[in-house]
Amino acid sequence: MNDHAPLGPGCRDTPVLKERGQREVFCGLTGIIWLHRKMQDAFFLVVGSRTCAHLLQSAAGVMIFAEPRFATAILEEKDLAGLADAQDELDREVARLLARRPDIRQLFLVGSCPSEVIKLDLHRAAERLSIKHAPHVRVLNYSGSGIETTFTQGEDACLASMVPGLRDTDSRELLLVGALPDVVEDQMLGLLRDMGIDNIRCLPARRTDDTLACGPNTVFALTQPFLGDTHAALERRGARHLPAPFPFGEEGTTAWLRVIADEFGVDRATFDRATQAPRARARKAIAAATETLNGKSIFFFPDSQLEIPLARFLTRECGMTAIEIGTPFLHKALTGPDLDLIPAGPTISEGQDVDLQLDRARAARPDLTVCGLGLANPLEAEGLTTKWAIELVFTPVHFYEQAGDLAALFARPLRRRALLKHGASA
Amino acid sequence: MKLTVWTYEGPPHVGAMRVATGMTGLHYVLHAPQGDTYADLLFTMIERRNHRPPVTYTTFQARDLGSDTAYLFKDACRDAYERFKPQAIIVGASCTAELIQDDPGGLAESMGLPVPVIALELPSYQRKENFGADETFFQVVRHLAKPMARSERVSCNILGPTGLGFRHRDDITEITALLYDLGVEVNVTAPMGSSPSDIARMGAAHFNVLLYPETGEAAARWCEKNLGQPFTKTVPIGVGATGDFIAEVAKLAGVSPAVDDSRLRLPWYAASVDSTYLTGKRVFLFGDGTHVAAAARIARDEMGFTVCGMGCYNREFARPIRALAKEYGVEALITDDYLEVEAAIEALAPEMILGTQMERHIGKRLGIPCAVISAPVHVQDFPARYSPQMGFEGANVIFDTWVHPLVMGLEEHLLHMFRDDFEFHDAAGASHHGGKATAAPEPDTIADLSISGKKKPENQGADVLVWLADAEKELKKIPFFVRGKARRNTEAYAALKGLQEVSVDTLYEAKAHYAR
Ligand code: SF4
Ligand code: SF4
Repeated sequence: MNDHAPLGPGCRDTPVLKERGQREVFCGLTGIIWLHRKMQDAFFLVVGSRTCAHLLQSAAGVMIFAEPRFATAILEEKDLAGLADAQDELDREVARLLARRPDIRQLFLVGSCPSEVIKLDLHRAAERLSIKHAPHVRVLNYSGSGIETTFTQGEDACLASMVPGLRDTDSRELLLVGALPDVVEDQMLGLLRDMGIDNIRCLPARRTDDTLACGPNTVFALTQPFLGDTHAALERRGARHLPAPFPFGEEGTTAWLRVIADEFGVDRATFDRATQAPRARARKAIAAATETLNGKSIFFFPDSQLEIPLARFLTRECGMTAIEIGTPFLHKALTGPDLDLIPAGPTISEGQDVDLQLDRARAARPDLTVCGLGLANPLEAEGLTTKWAIELVFTPVHFYEQAGDLAALFARPLRRRALLKHGASA
Repeated sequence: MKLTVWTYEGPPHVGAMRVATGMTGLHYVLHAPQGDTYADLLFTMIERRNHRPPVTYTTFQARDLGSDTAYLFKDACRDAYERFKPQAIIVGASCTAELIQDDPGGLAESMGLPVPVIALELPSYQRKENFGADETFFQVVRHLAKPMARSERVSCNILGPTGLGFRHRDDITEITALLYDLGVEVNVTAPMGSSPSDIARMGAAHFNVLLYPETGEAAARWCEKNLGQPFTKTVPIGVGATGDFIAEVAKLAGVSPAVDDSRLRLPWYAASVDSTYLTGKRVFLFGDGTHVAAAARIARDEMGFTVCGMGCYNREFARPIRALAKEYGVEALITDDYLEVEAAIEALAPEMILGTQMERHIGKRLGIPCAVISAPVHVQDFPARYSPQMGFEGANVIFDTWVHPLVMGLEEHLLHMFRDDFEFHDAAGASHHGGKATAAPEPDTIADLSISGKKKPENQGADVLVWLADAEKELKKIPFFVRGKARRNTEAYAALKGLQEVSVDTLYEAKAHYAR
């Protein structure tokens, strides 16, 4: 089935370097920045501290200053003193918010470290508020706290919180899971429709969709590798997962589509007809960036949890060599098919001890280092070329038409360093 | 519980980071969950620092809660000492760690590290970033500075500059040079640029120059009391304030206040005829207390603007700003809720805003030009070029910065004269701004965009005010930078007169009514 079978054993059984020290990764609240744009009638209310508000503001920058559909209810001294008060305060703030935003149909109460530590029961609050504001607004809750979630896990927690509310169904449906930019989602749906696969639903939906359903005849595919809890929640509802490499690059997209096509009995000719032209375009676009990437080494700090599928893409389709692939969590049920395809060799690390990892990166002096915003400029100043990981979740990178853009994201820092004649000492 | 979308200040431990990151040889061990490491990017991205802030975060997780977090803290402290070998360590808790009450100070002190360990108590649920910086610097000084013999030649310390400070880098250069011209040496500049061993020799200075009261006043007061060092009270931003500052320094140092001010260009630039059009421009001021107070004086006395409103987000400065506002005949807005600031600006309809990066965005939405005078600021406010706010060059920079967002003087006249010219018409915007200018959004759109919820009811019944087609057309002929004001004035005038229709006559009657 695979056009590019691995040359040797893959990385699935490579012993994993497990680290437990200082992490340099955002918490799950960060997901709100893209989720609130994706779900156009949803509002995200973080119950947290000034730190949480400041994190959202700093991670979002000023680029989305216009009318955000998120806010932080900042806990104050008096809320910490008596818990009963905090629930009342929350009711009041929510009522006020919904009154001035009648367009909101879905409200997420998002837990944070402080709300978890003081054991503020947001689940109870969500149930109570749901009843109060039904049927117009549905209130859900999840935790984006840094003591429980890492960066993209916030999206996972959010989507998982929506699963129990899905309607029951017995019909055979395909559920595609993961927040993608609308234009990419449309491309994905177009490709599947061209193969004759209809009856497709997306989680999350762009607008509150009461017909979203799940049941024993539902099969689902993930578009993002960090959706472990959502995966488990859907399986609990009886749905069946279609494991596949993730749809990054030409090879990944083809393999991902192939798994779905096989499940729905799409014949080879139909599959080829639907994919041939975009595959050729993707290959061509990747080739342009590969001129820069070929033969270069890459080192991943753990960040977005996209590291494994991206390493697969960059090593197999762009000719790069991976030195270390760090990931916040290794979820083999999800990333196993990608690990199988990565030729053995790189260190696979899970978790982080940032100072030790920086020592390894400095020793290895990779051509390109993928890391968070806190590390990028310091490493550049040490002469290492970097790519900030957060751009990977803010930019359309999935499926054929974005494969070239994805490769270009990695090529640009290398091209830039080659262009600048006066070095990077700061 | 307080609903917040954008904040002017971060939590107090970010203030502590600003002190630590400005310094060398000091390390901060912060008991905090992993997400709090976002704060590093403020320094590495926005300020473009070439090194990581000297901060070790314990990054405890839910599974550590209980007995393990205290061990985690001690391990982090030991590792940080071994790896970075700092001259001194500050330790503290972020908002979450404050709740689990591990007592980082006590834990660190019990470890017997061979360097001074300074414990910070920064109440996360009551105070904010500026307090955190001020308190941290104060604690560092209190622990390390000692009385000692004064330097032979007259010298001072410069107090207050921190990492991530608005133009602190260049202000230090400018003021150090000015002091040198006056014959005063700078003993230590702190916290930015100093190490713990520098702090230890602060006592050698004869007096202190307090540049940033927000982040250095507690330390300055402590030095006054314990090291016998008086400190300056004027912040040298603007022509008048720089003059007062020079006089103050001369008195404290016993030197002559005569300095060469031939580099100072603001007074002539403001007096030259092209600046006539600045007369009486209505400006709204918002930022930290110190910068707003300085900007008010420049705006009125040095640029010839009319200050139509002012305020600050740091409550610590509520009292002086209220007093100042009274003197300017306006009401002070003391708030850290940017929606309130937006509402105030919308109501006052100033011709320009002098504010922070928040007001820059408010201005963008309301179609009002804005220049930045105060933190919080963004990446574009850390320019590569030398660009101080203080001293003579600071005054020059301020003149340029404040004039830039406006349409130039002569251009303003031409736009009035040839407003129907097909190439010159107003959507072209100011000629020295790149990109495509967009006209001010219509007031209704603004109300819709605003999340302050003051949406006008769909059907306003009998109160509805109708713009007749001719009047609407005439309004369009008015240049974009005054159109919003013309519309508001006309509507206010119509309301005053109980009119239900706006005609061309109403428009010009209103113009005459509000003429000044
Ligand atoms: S990427 Fe740059 S401009 Fe955008 S928010 Fe971050 S620092 Fe600001
Ligand atoms: S790590 Fe915790 S306290 Fe920090 S921003 Fe994230 S949720 Fe808030």
